[in-house]
This record gives sequence, C-alpha cells and structure tokens, in this order.
Amino acid sequence: MLLASHYNYWIVIALMMIGLYMVIAQGNLVKKIIGLNIFQTSVFIFYISVGKVDGGGAPILSEGETLYSNPLPHVLILTAIVVGIATTALALALTIRIKRAYGSIEERDIQAAEALQEPASAEVTSQAPAGKEK
Amino acid sequence: MLAHLPILQVILPLMAAPSCLLIRKATLVWLFTLAVSVAALVVSVLLLQQVYATGPITYELGGWKAPWGIEYRIDLLNAWVLFIVTALSSVVLSAAHTSVQKELEPTKQTVFYALYLLCFAGLLGIVATGDAFNVFVFLEISSLSTYALIALGKDRRALWAAFQYLIMGTIGATFILIGIGFLYMMTGTLNMADLAARIPPLSESTTVLAAFAFIFVGICLKLALFPLHLWLPNAYSCAPSIVTAFLAATATKVALYLLLRFTFTVFGVDFSLSHLPLDTLLIGLGLVGVFAASIVAIYQANIKRMLAFSSVAQIGYMVVGIGIGTATALQATLLHLFNHALMKGGLFLALAGLVYQLGGCRIEHFRGLGRTMPWTMAAIVVGGISLIGMPLTVGFVSKWYLIAAAIEQQFWGVAVLVILGSLLAVAYIWKLVEAAYFQAPEINDGATAKREAPLGILLPAWLLIAANIYFGIDTRLPVEVSAAASQFLLGGGAQ
Repeated sequence: MLLASHYNYWIVIALMMIGLYMVIAQGNLVKKIIGLNIFQTSVFIFYISVGKVDGGGAPILSEGETLYSNPLPHVLILTAIVVGIATTALALALTIRIKRAYGSIEERDIQAAEALQEPASAEVTSQAPAGKEK
Repeated sequence: MLAHLPILQVILPLMAAPSCLLIRKATLVWLFTLAVSVAALVVSVLLLQQVYATGPITYELGGWKAPWGIEYRIDLLNAWVLFIVTALSSVVLSAAHTSVQKELEPTKQTVFYALYLLCFAGLLGIVATGDAFNVFVFLEISSLSTYALIALGKDRRALWAAFQYLIMGTIGATFILIGIGFLYMMTGTLNMADLAARIPPLSESTTVLAAFAFIFVGICLKLALFPLHLWLPNAYSCAPSIVTAFLAATATKVALYLLLRFTFTVFGVDFSLSHLPLDTLLIGLGLVGVFAASIVAIYQANIKRMLAFSSVAQIGYMVVGIGIGTATALQATLLHLFNHALMKGGLFLALAGLVYQLGGCRIEHFRGLGRTMPWTMAAIVVGGISLIGMPLTVGFVSKWYLIAAAIEQQFWGVAVLVILGSLLAVAYIWKLVEAAYFQAPEINDGATAKREAPLGILLPAWLLIAANIYFGIDTRLPVEVSAAASQFLLGGGAQ
C-alpha cells in the first residue's frame, strides 16, 4: 500500500542512493559527475512530488479549475536545475583541464601522480607546473 | 536610499561582477573591484549602526509581503558578519593587485576579479537573506565561483583540489536543499522567521528531525567541521594566495553563521540543543577537530597547508562554543569568528608576500627569513602568537571567553582541552620561528640583502596584524557587539 501510493518517493530514494554510490565508488571523474547529476535529479523529483496536490490540475487561471497543484516547488526546482547545470558544466571543464594536466581522468592515476610529486620540494615554484608529462 | 541598504549590500557586488569583464584592463578592474568592496563595507557599517541603534531591519524584495516574497532581515548577528566579510574582503583586495599580477597570467586577471566579486556577492547574500531557499541559491553562487577561483592556482594540483571541493561542496549544498524541502513539506513556508514560528509544535516529527540532520550535515561540509574537512587543506594550499586569504577570512565564517542561524533562529535553541544531543556532538567533534588538525598541522612542510589545518582546528573552537550554548560561550564563538578572520587574513596575506618573493612557502623557504624579510616574518610571528592565544592579542580574548564559558558550566575537561589545544599551536608556530630566526638563509649570494615583500602586500597584511593587537587591547567594539548578538540569539532570535 505504502509502496504503491508513494512510489515516486521510493524512486527518489533509489536514485539518491544510486547517485551517491556512484560519486563515492567510481574512480572515473566523468562517471562521478554523472553520479552527482543523478543525485541532484532525485532531489528535483522530490520537490516536484511535494508540490503535487491530489486531484489538482495545472496552476493556471482557467474556467472550472479550482483545485490546483502548488507551483512554488516547481519554481524553486527551476532554479536548482540551473544551478545543477552550472555545476556540471564547471565540473566537466575542470575534468578537461585535469586530463590535460595529468593525462588521465582516473582518480587512481591522479593520486599516483600526486604521490610521485609530493617529495619534490618544488611546490608552487615559478612556472612549468604541467611540464612533467611532456 | 537608506531603506534599501539590505539589498544594496548584495546587489552591488552582484551587478559589478559582470561589469568587470567589460573593463578588461587589469589595473582598472582591480580599482573598480576595490571600490565596490569598500562601498559594500560602507553599506555594512551603516547597517550595523542602524541595527545597533534601532533593532532588526526587514526588507521585502520587490514589495512582496514577507511569508510569500523573499525577505531580507538584518539583525545584530548578520550585520556583524556582514561587517566582518566586507572589511576583510576590502583589506585582502587592496593587496590583490600586486599578488595577482605575479601569480596569474594577464588574460586571467580580469576573470579573477569577476569571480572574486561573484563569490563576495554570494557570501553576502547568504548572510543577508531571511529566506531558506535563497540561502541555497547564494550558497551555490559563492561555491561555484570558489571552485573556479581555486582552479586558477598555478599548480596542476589546484585543478584536482577544485574538483574534490566541487564534489564535496555540491553534495553539501544538495543536502541543504533536501533539508529545506523537508521543512517546506511540513510547514509550507521558506521564510526563516515564519519557519521559526511553525517548527516548535512540530518538533516531534521525524520529518523535521530529518530536515535538521540534512541541513546540519550540509552546513558542516561547507564549514569543514572535523570529519568533513578533507576538502579544505588542498583547496587552501593550491589556490592563488589572495584567494586563500579571502576564503580563510570569510567563507568559513559565513558557513559558521549559517550553522548559528539554523540551529538558533530557525530550529530554535530548545529543539537543537535541548531536544537533540547536539551539544555533546558539537563539543566532541570540535575538540577532536582541534587536536587532530593541530597535530597534522605540525607535520606539514607546506606552510599554507599547515595554516589550513590550523583553520580546521580554529573552527573546532568556534563549534565548541556553540556546543556549550550559553550566552558567554556564544559570545566566545562570535568573538572568535571576528578574531580568526583577522588572524588568518593577516597570516595568509603575509604568506602571499612570501610567495611573491620566493615563489613558494614551504618550510625550506623560511630559513633565515628573520634576516632577509624581517617585516614579513614579524607579521607572521605576531599573527602566530595571536593564533596561539597569548595575552595582548585577539586570540587571547576569544579563548578567555571560551574557557570562562566552559568553567561557568563546570565543563572542566573542556577548559583544560582548549588550553592544551592552544599549546599544540605553539608547536607549529615555533617551527616557523625556528626556521626563520635560527637557521641560515638558503641562498648565499646576497644573504644579508633584504628582499622584503612588496609594500602593496605588506601594508594590508600589517593592517590586519595591527588589528590583531589593537582589538586584543581595546576589546570594546567586538565584545559589545558579540555580547548583544549572543543575547539576541538566545532570546529567541526570530521575534
């Protein structure tokens, strides 16, 4: 009963867990970003589900429409979607630059490169930070 | 004009940010950014004066009445934080030109100032707004620009640090979003004052508990409270020096403000400190954070990273104050919020001067610095003394209040641990002093030649360091304001 009537909330929970799991478990940066997107999307669905009023129509002025769903969560989530897109774009841009600097987008390779670099005392020294893999 | 101050505070830097891209010339953009920051400082001083004299100010955006429209509400707490953020930003910016010119390529300088203003606007927005969803939006504005600012760092590690922070930060912000969603579900409102009125009858509801848990964890991620601090050291040590100084002085303070706002105003003291065992949790995590981060700091060879860990430790002290939860303890937290901004602002600016001259700030660079860069090094030492909490510096004032608050509540263990934690700070600051004053300079060619940091960086750094001493002796302003603000918070901040 609870499963059937609140199925969208169960989907939210499932998507949220899948997303978080991907962010944590995947070593590939692009897959991490996809996981982050799924995680955020679950929250969007959650907000939209909250706004639904049983038997309510679209919140527009028209004849005979007295019961309508709450439009506010939709508006909020429009903002959150924009934020999500900005985050994804920035994350992808960073990934491109990470690929150029490290030659890989696998977390393991990047961490290995860091460990190699660590003992060298040249930290923020003058120029040529990316000179290593040439 | 005066009636519109609350919105001007936020809209000014927000509109100025894209304008930076039109000006193009780096020096002009810097002057423009500095002017905007100083204007924001003037606005915040006017706001603080007004709030101190007449009580909270509310401002309805677009004239929409409060529970429906977005409301900005300035009370003593956020007026104080606004003042701290704008003041520190103005000082840090005044040093930006010299440092940025050296550290960033010419093409990236204009973008840097645009991002800086965007981040600044986001931080001010978080503090000024009285609307829970608005908090999320401004949080993301400031976070996204912060990720980009960190990625401007020269080392390729900056990219990796920015990516890690992006993942952690987005999860944190989304947690806050989920929490706000739960609250909206239960109360049907997003206005903080309105929420504060509607939550108490619902305090037994598991949905409200879940909302609190999500918001709390989300904010703690942004705050870098001990187990959630992993993004901070990398982000601080790889970012351009000015960005580090700005973030260390403002961003964590704003996150701490959010924690105070949600635990005390929105959920209320009864709910968060009495109903839940949050006090024990905060004191515990805070103290573990102080010790863990301080001990790790001692072993860092990169001094920026060392001070970043020390920031995590200092956040621990502030959180302990919230955990104790009495008026004196809150006052200690608010004092430390201001004092820590002064210390870390000054220290990181001095480090910016070091990076400018030496190209790095590892412990090797510090050898003999007492002779080659006496003024820069003196600034670092005084800042360090303040960090430890010696008398006549601001660090002493806030630790004094914190220990007094712990003793007042008979938390003897907490008081002793706070003192022991300060001793750990002695260990890592001593490391710098030893290298700078008791070891020979690294380079032999002109060992006696003075290579002081440029005045453009040295003067702002010393301004903050001098403030460390000034407010350590003449404590009236911060003590009065923080006392009134903590009274206000405990007296059911919403009114």
